[in-house]
Amino acid sequence: MKTLLILGAGTGGTMAANRMAARLDPREWRIVVVDKDQNHYYQPGFLFLPFGVYRPSDVVKPKRKLLPSRVEVIFSDVEWIEPEKNKVSLANGASIQYDYLIVATGCDIAPEETPGMTDRWHENVFDFYTFEGACKLFAFFEKFQGGRVVLNVAEMPIKCPVAPLEFMFLADWYFTQRGIRNKVELTYATPLPGAFTKPTCSIMLAKVLERKNIHIIPEFNLMEVDNDKQVIRSYDEIEVPYDVFVTIPVNKGAEVMKRSGMGDSLNYIPTDKHTLQSEKFPNVFVIGDAGNVPASKAGSVAHFMLDILEANLLSHIQGEPMRARFDGHANCFIETGFDQAVLIDFNYEVEPLPGTFPLPGLGPFTLLGESRINHWGKLAFKWIYWNMLLRGIEIPLVHSHMSMRGKQSIPAKSVLSSAD
Amino acid sequence: MTAPVLENLKLDAEGFMTDPSQWTKEIAMEIARQEGIETLTDAHWNIIEFCRKVGQQSGKAPTLRQITEGAGVSTKELFALFPKGPAKKVAKISGLGKPEGCV
Ligand SMILES: Cc1cc2nc3c(=O)[nH]c(=O)nc-3n(C[C@H](O)[C@H](O)[C@H](O)COP(=O)(O)OP(=O)(O)OC[C@H]3O[C@@H](n4cnc5c(N)ncnc54)[C@H](O)[C@@H]3O)c2cc1C
Repeated sequence: MKTLLILGAGTGGTMAANRMAARLDPREWRIVVVDKDQNHYYQPGFLFLPFGVYRPSDVVKPKRKLLPSRVEVIFSDVEWIEPEKNKVSLANGASIQYDYLIVATGCDIAPEETPGMTDRWHENVFDFYTFEGACKLFAFFEKFQGGRVVLNVAEMPIKCPVAPLEFMFLADWYFTQRGIRNKVELTYATPLPGAFTKPTCSIMLAKVLERKNIHIIPEFNLMEVDNDKQVIRSYDEIEVPYDVFVTIPVNKGAEVMKRSGMGDSLNYIPTDKHTLQSEKFPNVFVIGDAGNVPASKAGSVAHFMLDILEANLLSHIQGEPMRARFDGHANCFIETGFDQAVLIDFNYEVEPLPGTFPLPGLGPFTLLGESRINHWGKLAFKWIYWNMLLRGIEIPLVHSHMSMRGKQSIPAKSVLSSAD
Repeated sequence: MTAPVLENLKLDAEGFMTDPSQWTKEIAMEIARQEGIETLTDAHWNIIEFCRKVGQQSGKAPTLRQITEGAGVSTKELFALFPKGPAKKVAKISGLGKPEGCV
């Protein structure tokens, strides 16, 4: 009997377990999944919790129910990995010997990395990247009567790099609904040179920010949070005052990677960006946010990685060359408030372009432009996530490799300026 | 107008050199000037050399954290030497591609 061990049963680990359970013969393969948390959180829903659009019960399900019955599930912290010995030790004292390992431990926020950030944590300094943070921010906003709301990304890369912008757009909508938008100042301080990581998209989103009267402070590199003065301070000593500070703290991979000598300086595992195999250990594969591949850290990306991971893992088991290549495909809805959203679709080489998705001309989704259908797409993503994505089911018309169909290949910059 | 030392350089859309073997110290000094750094001190060169070394070994520009950990400078010092986005700035001056952290 051989063992496939999967560390982490979040987005990537759950779909890998479902997919491999359907592919590997149960008479030959045992599949074991380890996670420290019994609950699965729909993290894209964290964005909507602070504004009361979703309730806590919308975003949580027990992990066991999302995994097939043939899979052994162990709830424990992973303490130690010894890839040379194909061995993993758990906090509950057990150790597991594996033939193949899939690492899907994701990434998490590390507020302790920034001096002063945790001083009044969840009092006037909030995150929304955790269930707890998003719920506490909901309670805070309910009582908030106006003031300066400052949002900051401490350091790139972060998971879901569009989430901070969406947060600002939704905040604009939320305070408008409550009739106090004129009493709220919204400021977004980012280390990036503009609104987003990809140039064309950045121009488009900067216009949306301006229209909504959201101030942007680019190239702001957070050094510390000074809660006595209620300012955040950058390395070049620029101060931004706040009444409530919403932070996307430094994101890091699981600490166990560093401990086990498998991670880089942010605990991400060096991974071949095309095969998804660990650069150091041939029987270790990485899916989702845990690796260092230069793709967006997003659930949709983990989903597109799945086909590649499956094909290469099966080839490797059979001693054949690995032929599947991941192209960095990402597909993200960007909620812009007032029932509108933008859709972007891109990969390692191609930045987001305007057009329609997935069908040329027909859409129904609009690329790099706002529409109401895109907003419905964003909301439908929750159903798709729980019912298709996690089960490793393919989504019709949406392929793991990015397609140029429906995209306008002319430089988007000229399209945007002529559409003004 | 391009400075004479920068002529015939292969650059990407954002002004990063695409062929690190074209790099010379004169090029570094000129790019630094364009990025607003008038003179490169020993402290600057120490970091540039570290980045060149990482670039040669891995084919990639180091991230901010790799620089502070590997070249023995604090983040604060790094920002003083290469204001605003040090990882990007030093990668550009060192003739490497854009650091991959920015996705
Ligand atoms: C606010 C927000 C909004 C987002 N919006 C979107 C969106 O709109 N679209 C999109 O595609 N993506 C979105 N994402 C990103 C998406 O949720 C993640 O990219 C995705 O969940 C990554 O999957 P993963 O399997 O790599 O990691 P995760 O799903 O985070 O799973 C990691 C798992 O590993 C477990 N684990 C970690 N360390 C250990 C350990 N030492 N021992 C045991 N278990 C461990 C954790 O408990 C967890 O269950 C959003 C994320 C956030 C925070």
